Parts: sequence; structure tokens; C-alpha cells
Amino acid sequence: MSMSKKVLLMGRSCSGKSSMRSMIFSNYNPFETRMLGPTIDIEHSNLKFLSSMTLNLWDCGGQTGFMENYLGGNGGKENPNVFKKTEVLIYVFDVESRELNADIDTFRRVLKNLAKYSPDVTIFTLVHKMDLVQAPKRKDVFDVMCGRVDAVASSFNMSAVCFPTSIWDESLYKAWSKIVCSLIPNLKKFQETLEKLNTVFEAKEIILLEKTTALVIASTTMERNSDGTPRIYGRKKLDKERFGKISTLIKTHKQCCNKLRTNFTSYVVHGPTTSTYIDVLTPTVYIMVVKSSRDDETGAYIDEQAIVMDNIEYAKKVFQKII
Amino acid sequence: MEGSSEEIGNNYYEAQGTSLIQFDSWQIQNINRSGKSSIRKVVFHNMKPIDTLYLDSTAKPTSELYKSLIDLDVMELPGQLDIFEPELYNCDELFASTGALVYVIDSQDEYLASIENLLHIINYVYALNKNINVEVLIHKMDGSSEDFKMDTQRDIRSRITTELANYGSEEILVNFHVTSIFDHTIYEAFSKIVQRLIIEYGALENICDMLMEATSLDKVYLFDINSKIYIATDSSANSLQTYEACAEFIDVNTDLIGLYEEDDNETEDVNGYEPTKGGEDTGENSALALRTTRCFSELQNGTALVYYKAIRGLGLVAIVRTNGDFQTCKPVIDHNLLMFKRALERIWERERIEPSYE
Ligand SMILES: Nc1nc2c(ncn2[C@@H]2O[C@H](COP(=O)(O)OP(=O)(O)OP(=O)(O)O)[C@@H](O)[C@H]2O)c(=O)[nH]1
Ligand SMILES: Nc1nc2c(ncn2[C@@H]2O[C@H](COP(=O)(O)OP(=O)(O)O)[C@@H](O)[C@H]2O)c(=O)[nH]1
Ligand SMILES: [Mg+2]
Repeated sequence: MSMSKKVLLMGRSCSGKSSMRSMIFSNYNPFETRMLGPTIDIEHSNLKFLSSMTLNLWDCGGQTGFMENYLGGNGGKENPNVFKKTEVLIYVFDVESRELNADIDTFRRVLKNLAKYSPDVTIFTLVHKMDLVQAPKRKDVFDVMCGRVDAVASSFNMSAVCFPTSIWDESLYKAWSKIVCSLIPNLKKFQETLEKLNTVFEAKEIILLEKTTALVIASTTMERNSDGTPRIYGRKKLDKERFGKISTLIKTHKQCCNKLRTNFTSYVVHGPTTSTYIDVLTPTVYIMVVKSSRDDETGAYIDEQAIVMDNIEYAKKVFQKII
Repeated sequence: MEGSSEEIGNNYYEAQGTSLIQFDSWQIQNINRSGKSSIRKVVFHNMKPIDTLYLDSTAKPTSELYKSLIDLDVMELPGQLDIFEPELYNCDELFASTGALVYVIDSQDEYLASIENLLHIINYVYALNKNINVEVLIHKMDGSSEDFKMDTQRDIRSRITTELANYGSEEILVNFHVTSIFDHTIYEAFSKIVQRLIIEYGALENICDMLMEATSLDKVYLFDINSKIYIATDSSANSLQTYEACAEFIDVNTDLIGLYEEDDNETEDVNGYEPTKGGEDTGENSALALRTTRCFSELQNGTALVYYKAIRGLGLVAIVRTNGDFQTCKPVIDHNLLMFKRALERIWERERIEPSYE
């Protein structure tokens, strides 16, 4: 019983829609996106996501002619097929655009049609190419854009979630991970199962990643000991952007395996104080387990690899039933 | 362990036991955007190639010391400098102690003047130092067609060799490299350049070959972790793809470890480059091996990528043939890599006593 979820990807031409899509779903690296030409009309792709879901992605070419076609400009009528049955709209703003007012207006017209044909749509807006804005100005630029997007959305009694993104850093994965999670129906179940599992693993962190996209779909962090006291892991706080970074790293590792004309089935990294284990959990999901290294009473290093591997085997059985 | 602290300054020729690499490009009329600073930043400072667009033009010679298995003093001489301008630096003394002269030619630009200039420098330097390696980078070769690459390379090569013959200096050996900072050709070129400066290179290649045989490897590289230059590899064929995959593997490992390490100051291995004395594999030593930063990735094609951190900022990356059963191979790999690490330590010990240059 496969569910199909329609996702509209819209925004002005050259704002970076096809670039993101190619990076997330087709393993392009940022350099390779320069070879993409403008999208003609709408490019449909059906992407299997987890075993029971298909993302039906509509990448809508953003040149004015095409936009007017969907929206019914120049006295024509809008094309209802574009807007009907939409679960998610991803609207991409190019921070470098010189016609911001026009962009906002187009966004308004898109929402107007969605309010009519798919009133329950979830809206994400991406303020894209953030790398081109100087670092100290990024926050301000983003806040201004969010304000304008909010104003438009609330005029239709809708709400929009905004993310700053760039194909040159992990922000892209952070945003798309949130977008995709909003589409997974049994997400809560994953989350709960993962938390329960961690009573067995006793890991610092466990993360589930979708296999083709490397997007994080669930995670649990051990913040407290079993007696409720806060768990201390050395002096360093965990990096807030780590999930996006992990997706980027796994993508890079995949590309690196591609160069050897193959893919990886497992990946284990032992650092000085932590070990990370990545393995295939189900045909569509990777599991990543992070453990602190431990010494026994005599100060000797404990090699936990075998135990973790056993635990992962157990997790495979548990997750087979729910994914 | 380390005799002196890092010296970055102008006293490059005083540092003992260092090999000097120089980037040179003197060009007329201040046309000096051949890419020297970009190369230095990308190879030695991990700068992203795209960020080199914003580099300022270099005005005075810069010198930086990198400590690896050998110490590298990398010096960049800016293009608009007059080679023989004595008040800025003592070029005679400098060239007399330089191991390699790296000259960057911008292949996208009119390069006849550069070649003229290079020949001039070669003749000058060669009179001072007969042991210098002359390395010519035919640079910015990205985005060009294969035909253009071949033609340009052939043209530059033949002009230089013909001219050297005309001067009666055909015994000077010039090495050519086609490079771009946008792909791994620049690392490949620098690997070759540095390898030619390592006296122990033969010994290193030997232990790589021995490791290959003992562990059924497809390929092994000894990398300088920071720059991704490879100090040594086994003697089997080397493809750019394999090199790239192995070099990127190091970065991914380092970044992944960095995300969860608990104390910044603990990132250096517990056994950093503490020499592990004694040849037998005592229990203690295998425990030590377990504490080393080490990474494995099993691949679908019956091989595995393996990374071990070694001494002095070096790391070993190997592609192991596992026949699909990595767990069985692992103890052997662990053992052999520990042995490899020891062999390196012994080479390093020797190297420290007898400086590699002169
Ligand atoms: N600097 C920067 N460039 C980007 C970024 N994302 C995409 N680009 C570049 O923007 C250009 C256009 O990207 P596309 O993805 O083809 O644009 P599009 O939105 O699909 O355009 P249409 O198909 O015409 O609607 C490409 O050259 C990308 O490399 C980004 O985050 N930063
Ligand atoms: N296309 C291309 N451009 C390069 C390459 N290497 C450097 N550049 C560019 O060349 C310009 C000049 O480089 P710079 O390092 O300042 O030159 P220098 O004056 O010789 O030190 C910069 O804009 C670099 O981005 C390369 O391999 N390919
Ligand atoms: Mg497009």
C-alpha cells in the first residue's frame, strides 16, 4: 500500500530548484549543478522514499512564460492540475534576486491557487543561495525575508516555515530533512522505537537516515542517565548543525565510493574518544550509532564493536516491522 | 619531540633538515595571476578552490614551514618581484639550499613571456645549485578540452626543452605537471614533487609493497593528512579516481570524528607518535593499536576502505580485498598496519638524526 505524496517545487528561474533536487535525490555534487539547464515546463519525478512512500516531485520551470501558464496570467485561466492534491509546497527565493517584489507577488499568486485547490497544503519557503550573502548580514537578510513571507501566508490564513539554504553547506540538508519528515506518516513510531532501542544501545546518539538522500529522519540523544541525572560528555557541546553535516558527509562518502564504482554497506569510525557505526538497517534506511569509548577498571580499552554490531542486528529485526 | 617551534618567517634557510619548495613565477608587466597563492592555499591550507577568487595579490615573499615526515619550507615568490632585487631577500643563498623550484604557467593566458622568464631563472639557479628539481606546472587546465590540454602541454614542453638545448643546458631535467585547483591533479603533482625530495622514498615504497603482499591490498597510500599529498604509495598502477576516493575518505573520517569528539585538545591520538619499542606483538601493543584513530568502510564490490592514523600527521589509506568477509580479515589488517606504523617510526628516527637535505 504505497502512498504517493505530491510536492510542488516552485520559484523564479535560476533560483536553484533543480540544483537542490539533483543534489538531494540524484547524488550530484554542488559543482555538477552548474551543468543544469533551465527546466522546461514541469519535470515530474517519482522518488521512492522509505518502503511505503513515493514522493511525486513537480519541479516547475520558473521562467516567466511557464509561471504565467500555471498561474493563468495574461488573461488566461490557471491550470488546476498543477495545484490540485498538493501535500507540500516548497517555494524557493533567490537571495540575489533584484526583483524581490515581483517574487513575493508570484508567491502570493501561488498561495492563492493553493488556498483554492489544496487548502491543507504545508508550506516551506527556502531563502536560497545564502552563501552569496556576507556572513554577518545573513541573519538580517533572512529575517526580512521571513517577515515578508509570513505576511503573505497569514493573509490566506496559512503559515509557512522558512529556512535559509545554500548548496554549498549543510543548510540544504537541514531544510530538506524537515520537509521530508513532515511527509512521513509514522514518524512518531520511528522516534519512539528508537528511544526504546537506546535503552539497549546506551549510545550517545542514534540517528536514522534515508538511504538514497542521506536525510535524517529520526534521532535520539542520550541526555540523561537512567537515574535521571544529566549525562556529561566531556567539555564540548554537541554541534547544533550536526544532522545536516552528517548528511553531507554521508553523501560525500557515497560519491567517494562511486569513484571506485561501488557503494558502501557499512562504515565504522573510531576516534580517540568516540566510535561511530553506520550500517544498513532496512533496504531504505541507514542507522548511525555514536558511542563514547570506555576503559575498564584497569584502564584498558574496551572494544565494543562486536556488541554494537549485535545490537544493530537486533534493531534490524525491530524496524523490519515498522518501516 | 619537535626541536623548535614552527617557524614562519624569513629565516627559511636557517631551518635545519628542511627541504625548500619554491613557487616562482616572474612575469613581465605585473601579469601575475597565474595561481600561485591559490595553489598554496588549496594544497596547504585546505581552502576551497572557489574561495581563491577573492585572494589578494601577493606582494612580498611568503614562507611557511610544514612538518610532516620531512619538513617542508614552502616559499612563494610573488610575480612582480624582480628576481635579482637584493634588498628583499638573498636569492643566491636561497636558491643554493632549495630542493625544488616550482614554476606556475597559466595555460589560459599568453604564456610565451612566462617561458622566457622561466628559462632565465633556470639558467641562473642551475649555476648555483645543480641538485635542484625543476617542476613546471601547466596550470588552470580545468574546463579545457582534451585536445587543448594535449596541444598546450606539448607546445610548452617542446619550447622549454628546445630552448634549454639552445642554451647548451640540456642536462637540466625539467618535470612537467598538468594541473588545476578544481580537481585532484594539483595534489597529484605536489605528491610527485614532494616524493622526489624524500631520500627515504625507496624504503617507503618498499614497505608499502610489503604491506600489499602481506594483507592482500589493492592499493595503499601514505598521506599527509592535512594537505592530502601522498608521501608514498605501492608500485602498482595509480589511478586518479582511486587517489581521489582515498583522499576524500580521510576528510570524511576527520569531519565525522570532529562532530562527536568530547575535548578539542584530545584530538591528537593517545599514542601520537610515541615510538612503540620492541618488535613482538605483545598484548599491550595490540591494545595500543585499538586506540589509534582508525576507520573501515565495507564496500559492495568485496573490498573495504581502511584508514589508520600514523605518526607525524601521516595517515595510511588502503583498499583491502575482503572477499566479502571483512570481519575475518580485520585482525590481520590491524596487526600489519601496526607493523607498518613501527617501520615508519624507525624511518623517522633515522631521518631525524641525518637531515634529509644536502
Ligand atoms: N552560489 C550559489 N549558487 C547556486 C546555489 N544553488 C544553485 N546555484 C546555481 O544556480 C544556477 C541555477 O540553478 P537551477 O537549479 O538550474 O535553477 P532552477 O531554479 O531550476 O531554474 P529553472 O529551472 O529555470 O526554474 C546553477 O548554476 C547552480 O549552480 C546556491 O546555493 N549558491
Ligand atoms: N580556472 C582556474 N582558475 C584558477 C586556478 N588556479 C587559480 N585560479 C584563479 O586564478 C586567479 C589568480 O590566482 P592567484 O593565486 O592570486 O595568483 P598569483 O598571483 O600567481 O598568486 C584567482 O582568481 C584564482 O581563482 C585553476 O586551476 N583554474
Ligand atoms: Mg530547473
